Amino acid sequence: MSEKEKVDIIDQVVGQDYKYGFTTQIEMDTAPKGLSEDIIRFISAKKQEPEWMLEWRLKAYRHWLTLEPPTWQNFTYPAINYDEIIFYAAPKEKIKLDSLDQVDPELLKTFEKLGISLSEQKRLTGVAVDAVFDSVSIATTFKDQLKEKGVIFCAISEAVHEHPDLVKKYLGSVVPHTDNYYAALNAAVFSDGSFVYIPKGVRCPMELSTYFRINAENTGQFERTLIIADDESYVSYLEGCTAPMRDENQLHAAVVELIAHERAEIKYSTVQNWYPGDKEGKGGIYNFVTKRGICEGVYAKISWTQVETGSAITWKYPSCILKGDHSSGEFFSVAVTNNYQQADTGTKMIHIGKNTKSRVISKGISAGHSHNSYRGLVKVNKKATQARNYTQCDSMLIGERCGAHTFPYLEINNKTATVEHEASTSKIGEDQIFYCNQRGIGTEEAISLIVNGFCKEVLNQLPMEFAVEAQKLLSVSLEGSVG
Amino acid sequence: MLEIKDLKAEIDGKAILNGINLMINPGEVHAIMGPNGAGKSTLSSVLAGRADYQVTGGTVTFEGKDLLELSPEDRAREGIFLAFQYPVEIPGVSTTNFLKTAVNEKRKYKGLEPMEATAFLKMMREKMELMEMDKSLTSRSLNEGFSGGEKKRNEVFQMAMLEPRMCIMDETDSGLDIDALRLVSNGVNRLRDKERSFLVITHYQRLLDYIVPDFVHVLYKGRIVKSGDASLARELEEKGYDWIKTEVEANA
Repeated sequence: MSEKEKVDIIDQVVGQDYKYGFTTQIEMDTAPKGLSEDIIRFISAKKQEPEWMLEWRLKAYRHWLTLEPPTWQNFTYPAINYDEIIFYAAPKEKIKLDSLDQVDPELLKTFEKLGISLSEQKRLTGVAVDAVFDSVSIATTFKDQLKEKGVIFCAISEAVHEHPDLVKKYLGSVVPHTDNYYAALNAAVFSDGSFVYIPKGVRCPMELSTYFRINAENTGQFERTLIIADDESYVSYLEGCTAPMRDENQLHAAVVELIAHERAEIKYSTVQNWYPGDKEGKGGIYNFVTKRGICEGVYAKISWTQVETGSAITWKYPSCILKGDHSSGEFFSVAVTNNYQQADTGTKMIHIGKNTKSRVISKGISAGHSHNSYRGLVKVNKKATQARNYTQCDSMLIGERCGAHTFPYLEINNKTATVEHEASTSKIGEDQIFYCNQRGIGTEEAISLIVNGFCKEVLNQLPMEFAVEAQKLLSVSLEGSVG
Repeated sequence: MLEIKDLKAEIDGKAILNGINLMINPGEVHAIMGPNGAGKSTLSSVLAGRADYQVTGGTVTFEGKDLLELSPEDRAREGIFLAFQYPVEIPGVSTTNFLKTAVNEKRKYKGLEPMEATAFLKMMREKMELMEMDKSLTSRSLNEGFSGGEKKRNEVFQMAMLEPRMCIMDETDSGLDIDALRLVSNGVNRLRDKERSFLVITHYQRLLDYIVPDFVHVLYKGRIVKSGDASLARELEEKGYDWIKTEVEANA
């Protein structure tokens, strides 16, 4: 593919306003509204799951019933009525899909519109894609090529059937259903998501990517991603997400679990662009997500990179449990909020092993009436000698009515730990904009330049194709933020 | 090229410019001198289009166009360049990236395709040599952590890159030691040609030893009260501004 074509695709993907606000007319197979044991049995039956999987779900559901929604966050939202949500929606498909030719053309068109080509000839160079539409995985590209290396990349519902031992061993091992309210809910009703296993000593030959799309009305999306990197393996994984524009808020409560064994490395990047609601704050996605990775073995490494521009409310803390000695965790984040968006995001770095290292770089940009909070925990356990953490947390304000907040939590139980925290707040100055103007750079372009400069350390972490997409997303999200 | 007629401007309701008249032809270098508070920097800001100032009267014509009708970015694209007295820092944005954006925005305005990356880098190298710029400056974040001298040289380097018709220099000499002053001035002199004009705003005469102007104007209380050639600058240096003030008061 030529550079030009690549750029065209990216242009289509990022567009100007929220371009993904369309819906796809497609016959859907949906569960009745609301949540009960019967609904969970319905979901499990739809997916022809083995008994152990159903039991696992029911256990989570019963636990969820005993929980109250959390209230400690730095934002407010109306209580969610779980009786009004459809917990399962799937495009009607009678046959099992053996090849892309059998996928409903409407669906293929949807993903084409999103700039995600599922036909392998036209894909973004060297990226294998798993596309999840509402509750189900539609297609996974490049399966055969990955198989040669022993890499498993498939829908998690498929993994339940094809690789039950791995699923049983790892599912819920990092984020148990008892972890929190939304993790329990997800465990009970998750419908699909991606599963990745990288065998020992294998460097995954291409970027793996999952593209999530919420389409059906009143539907929650509860995907579950499980990535296991065996000893001395490497994988880079990307996720992207969009949704149609709707007046009602929609719930997205995902769980992501990463397991890195000895000397393995997992790089997990997210470009989150769920519908943020309109300029008055109506509609948009509630993005309540639990993401956590464990560095199980020595010298294991997990790196989270996220660019969060969408959702009415974002609530997520991709975290690392640094259990193996010498293991390391990283968190690079850009969170942009505009209009009435709210974001409460950050990370937890839990140092358990000796000589463990963690690094946190967070860039929050607030515009309009939005609120943007960084919330981060650094915990050093008693036995974690020589742990090191460096946290840098920068906020940028655009305009007078937005807010930026920082909530650092430090729990240090070992005297040999070195923990650094730096924070800064800045405003895009009129002077900076005028300076750019005077060089012939218009105001929108100037903001984009300044914001991208501000986020550079994080954007540099993204794989090439996505860095370009992310840069454009930032500009689009902030359009019209300076009057 | 640039014709200013009876230009009046105020900030926060306070009148600063009280009827400026100035005509600059292609290739001419005009110096504006004057005591603190005379309105020198206001004049440069108004010409560049800074929103803090309200123009309350008069006209400015630039190459036949009504300059005051244009947005600041369009003025720049038309060929007005302001070398700032206090260049701002833009963290995370390299001078290279910044200039590439600026050059291509101007090209877009003129209906041209963006410059090829290789051609752009070649141009950067050439202009850097011309301006005796240290290569490392262009990869560092724009003006971030630059010394006063580095910032001013970067302004002149940007001027070289953007090839403006009309260069306005706002107290470029302030905060420069003698070596930096010489370097900056050499850069400016290399950019002088028959088509390009300069408006050099300065408080001190020493800059004009290096950048020799065709005309010198004295600005006082928002008006040009005296004009002459380069010798006027030297006279001001000897006598200070007080004699001008007295002269103005006497004529009032």
